[in-house]
Formats: sequence, structure tokens, C-alpha cells
Amino acid sequence: MSAADDWSREDEVLGKAYDARLARRLWSYIGDQKRKIALAAVLLVLGALAELAGPLLVKVAIDRCIATRDWHGLVIIVLLFAGLAVSATVLRWSETYLTGAAGQYIVYRLRMQLFEKLQRLSIPYFDRNPVGRLMSRLTSDVQALYELFSAGVVAIVGDVVTLVGIMVVMFVISWKLALITLSVIPFLILITFMFRRHVRDLYRLTRLKIARLNSYLHENLVGMRVVQLFNREPRNFAAFDEIGRDLKGTYLRTIFYYALFYPAVELISAVAVAFIIYGGGGMLLAGAVTMGTLVAFIQYVERFWRPVRDLAEKYNILQGAMAAAERVFKVIDHPIEVPLRELSTATPAGDEKMEGVAIEFRHVWFAYHHEDWVLKDVSFRVAPGESVAVVGATGAGKTTLISLLSRFYDVQQGDILVNGLDVRQWDLAKLRRLMGIVLQDVFVFAGTVTDNIRYGCPDSGAETVRRAAALVHADHFISRLPKSYDEPVMERGATLSTGQRQLLAFARALMCEPPVIVLDEATASIDTETERLIQDAIGRLLVGRTSIIIAHRLSTIQRCDRILVFHHGRLREQGTQEELLAQRGIFHRLWQLQYGGVTAAMQAGEEA
Amino acid sequence: MTALLRLLPFLRPYRGAIILGAVIAVLNNAVGILGPWLLKLAVDALQSGGTVALLAQYAALMVAVAVAAGVLRFYMRQILIGVSRHAELDLRNAFFAHLQKLPASFYNRRRTGDIMARLTSDLESVRSVLGPGVMYPLDTISMAAFVLTMMLLLSVKLTIAVLIAAPLVSLAVFYLGRVTFRLHTRIQQQFSALSDCAEENLAGVRVVRAFAQEEREYRKFDELNREYVQRNLAMTRVQALFMPLMFLLFELVTAMVLLLGGRAIIADRLTLGGFVAFVGYLGMLAWPIIAVGWVANLFQRGAASMKRLTEILDVTPEIAPPPVPHRPSVIRGEIEFANVGFSYDGDRPALSELSFVIPPGRTVAIVGRTGSGKSTLVSLIPRLFDPTEGRVLIDGIPTTDWDLRVLRRTIAVVPQDAQLFSDMVSANLRFGAPDAPQENLMRAAEISQIAKDVAAFRSGYETVVGERGITLSGGQKGRTALARALLCDPKILILDDALSAVDTQTEEEILHGLRRFMAGRTSIIISHRVSTVKDADEIFVLDEGRIVERGTHDELIARGGYYAELDRMQKLEAELEEMDEDAAS
Ligand SMILES: Nc1ncnc2c1ncn2[C@@H]1O[C@H](COP(=O)(O)OP(=O)(O)O)[C@@H](O)[C@H]1O
Ligand SMILES: Nc1ncnc2c1ncn2[C@@H]1O[C@H](COP(=O)(O)OP(=O)(O)O)[C@@H](O)[C@H]1O
Ligand SMILES: [Mg+2]
Repeated sequence: MSAADDWSREDEVLGKAYDARLARRLWSYIGDQKRKIALAAVLLVLGALAELAGPLLVKVAIDRCIATRDWHGLVIIVLLFAGLAVSATVLRWSETYLTGAAGQYIVYRLRMQLFEKLQRLSIPYFDRNPVGRLMSRLTSDVQALYELFSAGVVAIVGDVVTLVGIMVVMFVISWKLALITLSVIPFLILITFMFRRHVRDLYRLTRLKIARLNSYLHENLVGMRVVQLFNREPRNFAAFDEIGRDLKGTYLRTIFYYALFYPAVELISAVAVAFIIYGGGGMLLAGAVTMGTLVAFIQYVERFWRPVRDLAEKYNILQGAMAAAERVFKVIDHPIEVPLRELSTATPAGDEKMEGVAIEFRHVWFAYHHEDWVLKDVSFRVAPGESVAVVGATGAGKTTLISLLSRFYDVQQGDILVNGLDVRQWDLAKLRRLMGIVLQDVFVFAGTVTDNIRYGCPDSGAETVRRAAALVHADHFISRLPKSYDEPVMERGATLSTGQRQLLAFARALMCEPPVIVLDEATASIDTETERLIQDAIGRLLVGRTSIIIAHRLSTIQRCDRILVFHHGRLREQGTQEELLAQRGIFHRLWQLQYGGVTAAMQAGEEA
Repeated sequence: MTALLRLLPFLRPYRGAIILGAVIAVLNNAVGILGPWLLKLAVDALQSGGTVALLAQYAALMVAVAVAAGVLRFYMRQILIGVSRHAELDLRNAFFAHLQKLPASFYNRRRTGDIMARLTSDLESVRSVLGPGVMYPLDTISMAAFVLTMMLLLSVKLTIAVLIAAPLVSLAVFYLGRVTFRLHTRIQQQFSALSDCAEENLAGVRVVRAFAQEEREYRKFDELNREYVQRNLAMTRVQALFMPLMFLLFELVTAMVLLLGGRAIIADRLTLGGFVAFVGYLGMLAWPIIAVGWVANLFQRGAASMKRLTEILDVTPEIAPPPVPHRPSVIRGEIEFANVGFSYDGDRPALSELSFVIPPGRTVAIVGRTGSGKSTLVSLIPRLFDPTEGRVLIDGIPTTDWDLRVLRRTIAVVPQDAQLFSDMVSANLRFGAPDAPQENLMRAAEISQIAKDVAAFRSGYETVVGERGITLSGGQKGRTALARALLCDPKILILDDALSAVDTQTEEEILHGLRRFMAGRTSIIISHRVSTVKDADEIFVLDEGRIVERGTHDELIARGGYYAELDRMQKLEAELEEMDEDAAS
């Protein structure tokens, strides 16, 4: 599994814990939510102050009323106390709601930005990143940022205000006692610092392991049928269990530090209370402070450790958010390997209704990795309205040819021209709309049959959809589905046969009446009879349209004007069928194999 | 809330730890309770003119108490929260194991994003119940019991005043809890929808690009995302109320205590020390009361999420294991369909009245139109589905009586869409036979004609293929899937149109090698090419789920039906080509 792990770990690098650049960037996302956040901060400070006043009032009640047996005074103070409590509650509620709402909106925007970027990233990126990982970005990472914005930023302000407030009040009441009480603070800082350091890395490790778990889970769900067929359940379970255990290990270590930290903070606060009793008691005996002061101090100390604890927790949220932000921004900042368009001037005029598109490959070299050339010095031209067939063994680079034409990837050397213009200068969407493509890997979407067929031009009417379906003879099977064209198609077309899926993809490609038609083994899983019917229809359709057709069955390419023969990434032969057969080269051999019977095939194989 | 009862079995293995944790929680509170009492003694001593030395003693005792309580709290957290992570792993594994048992029909209906959402986000909500949800109630209840006892000792009247708040707390918790449950369910549903949308968009990225539909995908996602935000906002509104409300209740109780306690002191029914201690005890209740709101919230979310988990856990695998699994020592590989009928939806038949026997070691080919039921037929053999009527028998034993593992080990399928995994080529080949020796692997790769391709890859067999084999060409995928099946050394081999993406020359080479491999094995080959099937011992022509013709190549040609027509068509093409060639030469 090690190589596979490398693959899935590719972008799981740990960055810095707190990064001013990241923080600044996150700050910029607050954007139009600034007013909400500011209002929330104000409310929060007011609420914290209202809460702060409680122990002070208790002190006054003890010293001024209870000690002097002033019943009326006591009632007034208690009413004041209750009033403050009510307002503190209202303030806290609105503050929590405001920050929550702001967080939701910010995260909404972030998620959309991420998704938008995922719509623009090019295919090489998706070759490297499994779906499960990208989904973690959109879900759990974004969620971590929500926590930052909803519970983090503003609450930190609140906690700091509370802490400073308590200290100020203490100093005002009795600065000597305050000094005694707060002498424990250095310890508090030390402990918090140590805790932070340990939990920091664990936090990011956790996120990373969650993403790994998700990727593995996703792949298993998608391939469950094969997992079952090959009796892989126990092994895959063991692998899943191992990833889960690994994650648990990280959690348990995190729990250890928490279990250590919380009691430590409580201990320190108990020490502070002991100081108050010992030091403050002495002062009381000496008449330097009142009883009410002591009680108020004790209550303040009790209120002191909550924000401290919270701050430590917020720190974690911050940690998690930083790690998540790092990964989210990494997607957002990822350079688009196939950049949109270099020259903005270029799209040729009159492209709205383009008839006869010319395609030209000029000395094209292409490799998926470094120098493993998949296409080598490929040059050919397809004239407007011409239809060209591409044949060759599997792995010869036929599909790659099409991927380059639709600019899923960019060539390393040479040029690909469409109507004389380099594909790199085309507006990508316009370029792709020129072409109706049936990809070798059929992908259908959850939705109705109609939705799938008109995927490329969603505004088409039912009549057009039917026409496209009829053209590829998909209407035959569609009409027999219980809801016909409104029949729901399950995820990946699970309830259709492979051939039926291919027919849908075929109809989808022809639906928008594209000037260029590209078929990558579009009829491989379709029976001969249906294929023949389709052939006839296509023959009519191809008239006046430029087309590139990849097929293994030579019968499929009968109607093509010209044939290109690829072998090991090179264009080895081209010409009409007659010419190629006369050459007695690769094509001739392919041809013999298919039609010359098995014996001829074996002979040809031995000759080779 | 009853949904949470389903969690009990997952806690059972840890009941020892939970009990220990509970005992520690009780001990911890018993110790912690001494703090305010010491406070009372100290204050009373101050009032009655105690000495500084006495104060020092009290202060030291307080620190000692805090240390003891701290140690206990450390273990409490460590144990109880730890249990939640252990149980989480168990729960996740149980869920995954269950998913592994669910049949193809389940995955046809369910969406991947949805299942992922349940297994991640919902599981986390449930986990929160297991950890904090167990620890805080234990802690709170024992602490409340102790604190109330001490309070009663100090002042009965004041304690009663405090207890008045209890029904208010429960009322608030009950009402807000119900709302939370509903809102959380709605949020999670929307989260599933959002995940589905993203999952499909990412998995189908090439089609999205090829059809330039990024705009529309964006709008679709935007719509779902907006709704998700709306539902979350509704929740935020309620949730924001939880803690402040509990805080308010607590403060109001404090106010009452201040009032009543003050009067009691004025009337000399209570010492100042007693009062201070009482306020101290009340302070100890503050966090637990606030926590009640928080925990109730956790429980409601957990319950809502657990319900979503049980929805899937309760799906019974239709492919049930037999009571006495059949595990023969020798397998011959005879396949029999006895009057088999099958329907996916219980309405339209996909297969009807199929009866045939394939003797061991024979090769049967199936041809037929797209959607005629070929894949469906072969999927009944390894029990991806069970027939709705009739029986499928292997070696005379119904598949339903076979040990599922043994049955599937006997059979190897090359599916129509290769279905590879993002792993090394060698790991993909070894998928069904992880311990197969290298030489077998090489041989399987040779027969499937993938060896040459692999040799040209950067890292040979160590090359990692992308998700679902995306970095391989179509034919390479198919051949890898074939080698994967061959490596299992199956008694029964099923090729479901596996070579359609392979060029004719390679196909011919593969078939040549396969013929030797298939000796002594039963095989079923689905194909559209006459050249692929003509040498089979018997050929079935399937149409609308029925066998309409069967026989050898020659017999079927003689019959002049669909197959003969197929042959004629493919021959005709050949002849046409031949004429072309003559013309050319
Ligand atoms: N996304 C990819 N990443 C890396 N290698 C690839 C990728 N797609 C195809 N290849 C490799 O490029 C070669 C040509 O593949 P392809 O163009 O699909 O062949 P075919 O002629 O069968 O369509 C193969 O060796 C294949 O393994
Ligand atoms: N999982 C499924 N759920 C419902 N219907 C299905 C499912 N799989 C296939 N079908 C339907 O059953 C019929 C036979 O399909 P299949 O056996 O895949 O045909 P093929 O002969 O092309 O292999 C088709 O009409 C198809 O739509
Ligand atoms: Mg290809």
C-alpha cells in the first residue's frame, strides 16, 4: 500500500501553526459581515461587563446591606442584580446569534469560492486528487473555518475583556489583595503555553487523518461491488480499521493533554482562593479589607478560569482553522495548469453558428509525466467537414489525442489549431461547445433521462431531446422505462446497462448539434444491430461536420474519409482505406486480423 | 431520543471503564465538595477572630483538596472521553462492515455523498454523546447530589429556593431539545444533498468540462448551499439561546439566595460564614447547570444523527447467509439455471424463464442486444442479486446455500467497467488474491496482454493508477481487470463484455492465451463480436431477458435467427472491405 499512500498523501503537508499571512487572509473574508461582527463584539463586551458586575453587587450586598441589616437596600441591590442578569442574557444571545450568522455567511462564500475554483481547475489536478479528499475540503475543512468565525474570533475578544475586566475590578477593590491573587498568573501562562504546544500538531494531524479516512471510504463505496466479488471485505475492513485506529490514537493523545490541562487550571484557581483566604484573611484581621471584598474576590477567581479554559479551547479552534485554511487556500491558489486564455482578442468572429471547423495538430509532443512521451511529433490536419478515423492498439494514445483537442491537458511541444487558432487562445467554454464528445468513460448524472440527454444545452425542449434519442436509437429502450423520459437515472446510471448508458452519452453529445463530433469508442458496448442503425443515422449527421472517430471495429469507421493509424504514440500511416490496405502496413494487419479469420491473425502475429 | 438506545451495545465492552469513570466522578465531587466547607470554616474563624496560623492551615487544606480533586478529574476525563473514541471506532467499523454486507441493489439506490455524510458528520454528532454526553451527566448528577446535601446542612429554606429552578431547567431543556432534534435532522439532510452534488460533480469532472457546464453546476451547488445556510441559521437562532438561558436561570437563583440569605442573616438564622459557603456551593452548580443545556443539545443532535445511522444499519442485507453454509472440498464448476426469473423493481422482468445447464469446463457465450439482460444474468451467479423466481445452482447446490465467500472465491468476474482502485498496478492485480506469488502475477499479466504495457510504465508494477484507474487507457483498464480475475485462479470465469475497449489484435492474442487458461474451467463470455464467441461450446442469444436461440455457432447459423443475422452483418462488412481491398490492390 505504500505507493498508494504516497499518492493519497500528496498534499498532506503540515504547515506552520499560526501564520500571520493566513490570518490576514482569513480576516479579509469577513468582508460585508464586518458590521455584524463589530456589533456582536460590542454586545459581547457589554454582556461581559454585565456579568462582571454580579460579584461586585454581592460584595456591596454583604458589606453595605447584610452587615448593616439594611433590608431595603438589599432588595434594591438584588433587583439590580436580576436586571443585570437578564440584560447579560439578552446580550449574549444576540451576540451568539450574530456571530453564528456571520460565520454562516462567510463560510457560505468560502465554500462557493472553493467550488468555483474546483470548476476551473483542470483535469491534471483531478488525476492527482481523489474525490474523497476534495470533498473533505468542501465539508470538514470549511466546517472548521465556520467554527473559527462563529465561536472563535469574537469570543476571544469576549474572553479577553472578561479577564482584563476581572483584573481591573480586583485592583480597584483592593490592589494588594489583587496582587496576591494574581501572583498565580505566571503559572497559568506557563501551563497554557505547554498545553498549546502539544495540542497544536495533534490538531493538524487529526484533520489530515480524517481526510485520509474519507478518501478510503469514498473509494470503497464506489467500488463496493468489486470489493464483494473479489472477497476483499476482510482486507479492506482491516485497512479501514487501521486508518480509524490511527485516527483514534491521535484523538487519545489529544484527550490526554486536555485531561491534564483542565484540572491544572482548576488547581491554580484553587491555589488563588487559598491565597485569598490566607493573605486576605490576614488583611481582614488587620482591618485592611472587608468580608464582602473577600467573597467578591473568591467569586471572581471562580469566574476567572472559565475564560482561560475557553481561550485554550479557542486556541485549538484557531489551530484547526489555520490547518483547514491552509488546505482550502491551497486549492484556491492552485495554478490552473490549463490556463483559460492567453490572448483575450482571439476568438474568431462568427463563431456563433460555425460550419466546417478545421483541426490541425502540428508537431505535437505530449507526456503525462515528464518525458514519458505518449504522443510523439504528431502532425495531421482535418479539413472542414472531413471525417477522420483514428485506429491503433490500446494505449497508442488515441484518447489522449482527444483530451488534448478539448484541452483537458496542454501540449508540451507543438500546437493544436482549431480554425487556424491555437486552442490555448480559444475561450475554453466556446472551444468545448464546438465539440460533441462521447468520452470513453461514460459518466451519467443522477437526474432524469431528459436531464442527462440535454446536459450540454439545458434549455432544449422535450421534442429536441426525443429527436436526439431517436437518432442514436436510444428511444427504443427509453420508451420502455416506466416513466420513459422522466425516469430517474440513479447515480452513475446504476440501474441502466452499460450499453444503455453509452447510448445516453451518445445522445447527449449530438443533442446540441455541435459542428465537431468526437467519438471515443462510443459504440463499444452497444450491440452490432443497434450500432448499425446508429451508423446510418450518424452517416447523415456527419455530412458537413468535422469529425474524429476512434473505434476498434473497423466497420464503425467505414464511412470516414480518411484513417489515421497510431502506434506507440506516433502517427504511422494515414490515408483512405484503399491506400492503407495497399501499403500493407499496420492497418493492413489490423484489417486482416479482424476480417481474415483467426489463422491469418496468428500468422500475422508471428510475422510481426 | 430512543434512537440513542442503539448505542448501548457499543458502550457495553467498556462498561468496566465507564463504571470506573463514574466512581472517580463521584469521588472527585466528594472531595471537591470540601472546598467551600473549608471556606465556611475560614470565614467563620475570621468572624470570631481566628489567628493567621489557623488561616494558613485552612489554605493549605484547600490546596490539598484541589490537588486530590485534580488528580481524580484527570483520570475521569482520560477514561470517559477515551471510551467515546474507542466506541466511535467500533461504531464506525460496525457501520463499514455493514456496508460491506449490503448488496448491489442497495448501492444502486443510495447515493455515495449521502452515505459519506452519514459516516462522517453524523457519526461525529453521535460520538459527542458517547464522550461528553456520558461524562457530564455523571459529573453533574453526582456533584449536584453532594452540593445539595451540603446546602441542606447549611440551610433548608435556601436549598428549597434553589430547587425551584429545577423544573424550569427541565422545561427549557425539553422544549429547546425537541426543536433542536428537528432542525438538526433537516440540516443533516441538506448536508447530504450538498455532498451528493459535490461528489457527482467531482467524479464526473471530465463530462462537466467537455460540455462546458461549470456555470450550471455552480448554480446548482449555490442553491443547495444557500438552503444549507438557511437551515443552519434556524438552528443557530435556537442554539444561541441554550447557554444564556441556563445562565439566566442560574443568576436568578443566585438573586433569590441573596435575598433570602440576607434576610436570614439579618434575622440571625444564618452565620455569614454559612452564607458565604452556600454561595460558594451555588457557584459549584453554575457550570453543571449551564452544562445541562449544552449536554441536552448534544443529546438531541446525537439522537437525530443516530437515527440517520440506524436507517442504514437497519437495512437487512438481502443476500442473507444460509443457516448451514455449503463449503465443498472439491468444486466442479457446473452452472445451472432452473427456471430463473428476475426483476429489479418487482415489476418489469429483466430475466424470465431461464433454464440451462453449463457442464463443468465448458465455455458458453452470450450475445444479445444492449439491455437484453446479459449482465443481469451473470450477476446472479456470484449472488450480486438473488433471482426472484427459480434457482441458480452451482454443482447442483443452490447458490443461496453456498458459503458466500467460497462461492465468490470460486467465481471471478471481469466487469464491464473495469473498476480499479487508486493503488499500485500490482496491488490491483492482487486484489482478489493478495498472496499470489509473483510468477502467477506475471503469467496472468502475460495472458491478459497487459505485461507489455506495464513494462513501459514509469515504475512498472509499482505504478500507481489514479482513482478508478483514470490514468490508464480504456483497454489497459479492461486488461488489468482481466488479469486481476485470472490471478484468482477461479473455477468459473465470467467476462462481461470485458474486451470491448481492446483492439482486435490484442483481443485475438488474449483469446489465444485464454483458451489454454480456460481448460478445466467453466467460462461465460459476453460479447458483441462473432469472432469472440464463435468457438464457444454453446452460444445463447438473449432477448428481453429470455434465451431465444441456443446452440453452437454452426447450429445457430443454420437456424437463421438473430445470431445468423449478426454473423451475416459482420461478414458482410468483411466482404465489403475485401472488395475494397481488391479494388485497391
Ligand atoms: N491521465 C493519465 N495520466 C497518466 N497516464 C495516462 C493518463 N491517461 C492515459 N495515460 C497513459 O497514456 C497512454 C495512452 O493512453 P490512451 O490515450 O488512453 O490510449 P488509447 O489509444 O487506448 O486511447 C497509456 O499508456 C496510458 O497509460
Ligand atoms: N440495477 C438495476 N436496477 C434496475 N434496472 C436495471 C439495473 N441494471 C440493469 N437494469 C435494467 O435491466 C435491463 C438489462 O440490463 P443488463 O443486464 O445490464 O443488459 P445487457 O444485456 O446490456 O448487459 C436493462 O433494461 C436495464 O435498464
Ligand atoms: Mg482510449
